[in-house]
Amino acid sequence: MSKNWPLWEIFVRSKNGLEHRHFGSLHAADAEMALENARDVYTRRNEGVSIWVVESKNITASNPEHNGEMFEPAQDKVYRHPTFYDLPDEVKHM
Amino acid sequence: MKNENLYNYILGIADNSLILGQRLGELTGHGPSLETDIACTNISLDLFGQVRSYFQYAAKIAGDDRTEDDIAMLRKERDYKNVLLVEQPNTNFAYTMARQFLFDVYHLAFLSELQKSTDLTLSAIANKCIKEVSYHERFSSDWIKRLGDGTEESKVKMQEAIDGLWTYTDELFHQTEADKAMVAEGIGVDVTKLKDAYYARVNEILEEATLEIPESKWFQKGGKEGIHTEHMGYLLAELQYMQRAYPNMEW
Repeated sequence: MSKNWPLWEIFVRSKNGLEHRHFGSLHAADAEMALENARDVYTRRNEGVSIWVVESKNITASNPEHNGEMFEPAQDKVYRHPTFYDLPDEVKHM
Repeated sequence: MKNENLYNYILGIADNSLILGQRLGELTGHGPSLETDIACTNISLDLFGQVRSYFQYAAKIAGDDRTEDDIAMLRKERDYKNVLLVEQPNTNFAYTMARQFLFDVYHLAFLSELQKSTDLTLSAIANKCIKEVSYHERFSSDWIKRLGDGTEESKVKMQEAIDGLWTYTDELFHQTEADKAMVAEGIGVDVTKLKDAYYARVNEILEEATLEIPESKWFQKGGKEGIHTEHMGYLLAELQYMQRAYPNMEW
């Protein structure tokens, strides 16, 4: 049955105040069923307070073959992290 | 037993959940898909949780050395008081969902009345269960609509399931002697008063699902009095097997 159903990506907010996090994916015929399935598959042990579902085909992903030009140029640019400032001792929790 | 009517009344409520829970549990590892398998067994676990609350209370009322497990596992077929609807087999997924839906609509209405019981334990159990059952009703009515208003094949199968199970719906509104006694004491729910709202709700969903409302006026009954369909013996054989084969076993 589920072979013919589209795939959905499931995002769950574990606690109020936290962001929705990707939990996994499942099959469902429509958005309502995806929500109900996600409720049973991912939140039955009290893991969530909110669920988002997105049909997987609506997600555009970066191509792993392009990882070179996408991500490697950032590897030698550590100066983009703001870690080179002298902080006064009075400033805490930075 | 001092309070036999209350004891029998509680069993009448709990046996519906026990037997339906057992039916849904049969789908463990067999659900039509991973997602529906988990959904059905989840509902099964909700129902078993409810059953435990009821049977613990019943054991206390019985006042002897029987336990919740004895009540669940060691009665004879004629002593189970569930309606015939919930013991019907998982013929196919349409039947499983139609049975669920036809019971859930009743169960939700029943619990919302049981919350007003003058018996504080029963009203507390009802209060706790009603959120679970609201979800069950939403889940099963969504499936009625999805399959009824789905493909040509799913519509045919769902219509067959509704037609096949319709004959078991009227029994939900029959009263046993224990029912009448408990209604008179303000403890029990007068199920005869739930009937109109029940069929109104069921018909509303069937219409939304573009299904035909069955016209048959001939209804089966007997489960509440312990007279069950031929499916019940097989179900109990599986339910009771471990306790019958290895008496008093625990794990």
